[in-house]
Amino acid sequence: MIDKRVSSLTEAVADVKDGSTVLVSGFGGAGSPIDLLHALLDQGASGLTLVSNNAGNGHIGMAALIEAGRVAKILCSFPRSAQSQVFTEAYRAGEIKLEVVPQGTLAERIRCGGAGIPAFYTPTSGGTPLEEGKEIREFDGQRCVLEPAIKADIALVKAKAADRWGNLVYYKSARNFGPIMCTAAKCAIVQVREYVELGDLDPEHIVTPGIYVDRAVLVENPIDEEKMLKAGEHRKPK
Amino acid sequence: MSEAWNNDQIAAFIARDIPDGAYVNLGIGRPEAVANHIPADKEIILQSENGLLGMGGVASDNERDMELVNAGKKPITMLPGGAFFHHADSFAMIRGGHLDVCVLGGFQVAANGDVANWSTGEPDAIPAVGGAMDLGVGAKQIFVLMTHTTKEGEPKLVKEISYPATARGACTRVYTDLAVLAVADGTFIVEDMVDGMTLEELQKRTAAPLKAQ
Repeated sequence: MIDKRVSSLTEAVADVKDGSTVLVSGFGGAGSPIDLLHALLDQGASGLTLVSNNAGNGHIGMAALIEAGRVAKILCSFPRSAQSQVFTEAYRAGEIKLEVVPQGTLAERIRCGGAGIPAFYTPTSGGTPLEEGKEIREFDGQRCVLEPAIKADIALVKAKAADRWGNLVYYKSARNFGPIMCTAAKCAIVQVREYVELGDLDPEHIVTPGIYVDRAVLVENPIDEEKMLKAGEHRKPK
Repeated sequence: MSEAWNNDQIAAFIARDIPDGAYVNLGIGRPEAVANHIPADKEIILQSENGLLGMGGVASDNERDMELVNAGKKPITMLPGGAFFHHADSFAMIRGGHLDVCVLGGFQVAANGDVANWSTGEPDAIPAVGGAMDLGVGAKQIFVLMTHTTKEGEPKLVKEISYPATARGACTRVYTDLAVLAVADGTFIVEDMVDGMTLEELQKRTAAPLKAQ
């Protein structure tokens, strides 16, 4: 019998190893799996490479991992925000490496990682500083850049609901990177607000088929990033 | 010279020039104002790069849901008929040439259409590009909305960009606080200017040759 549901956040991230590459869903706070990130902070893995659109806000989620010295490198499209001081200070102090990737290239690199495509050419970033060090080739007169796929050890994703097979549906714009990140990691771990029975999700509406999901964990009342930021929460490892 | 146009006035010109039925992406910051000026007789569908099509206006306090946000991470609403999709689909839409217009903010635009809008190139700046490079190569037309000069009075319409490029040869139209210009055949063509402005005065504030329409 297949049952991908695990009983706790602690169990969900128990075997994450030092040096892992971790895909983290979310676009700012929307779809950010903050509860899973805090479980990973408590679990203690270090030397992590994070792949996400942003680089964390305040002192919670990814920012809390960076602040605790757990993150060696981050790949993202937009590390700047009104509350990204933790990343900024770590970057300026040389404590964390940054690879800035155009957002569409980031998404396509992850998609390709999950689809067995090792690399692809794109005109995005052609003729800009971000093409430096990359293979260039012209297609239809357009300057294109070779971009490698991203494959990861772990994906931490937030979705709306899962059944025991790991089929997922998402919530509004919190979907963002979740579906592709589930495909590109050896172990995709998903926090959901709701468990449903097999058959409750209409097959026409399932966004991520369960084959891509390894673990689902129930978090009925996920951490609200905005509230925590307003409260000035500093999440430290427990 | 009379007063420069404010951002809402510029945004209204852009909304006027976007054709009915267009699929449009609005960049973060100044371009977001275009959404407030779309004439009632036009149906324009807004795409947001974080995975939605059919974006409505900014959410009121009781509609506010931080899991329904635009590219600037502000809470918004959806129109009936709107759709959600994941990031790779969103950027396939952008990079695959399906958007009619993208309105970007800008640091500089060159007469050949090169756009710089993501980095000032200062050594201690934190590089952050977001979706600008993807939009720059993917949308059928790139409109740039920006001030005509920097705060220090330096021209932002130039022969060659000096800031790091976002996309080469991409910009088709520029809307500034002083003028509306088309970018064609390596030249800025002035279509409109603020009241009282002459081509000669505008040329003084521009670092590339201007052509009258």
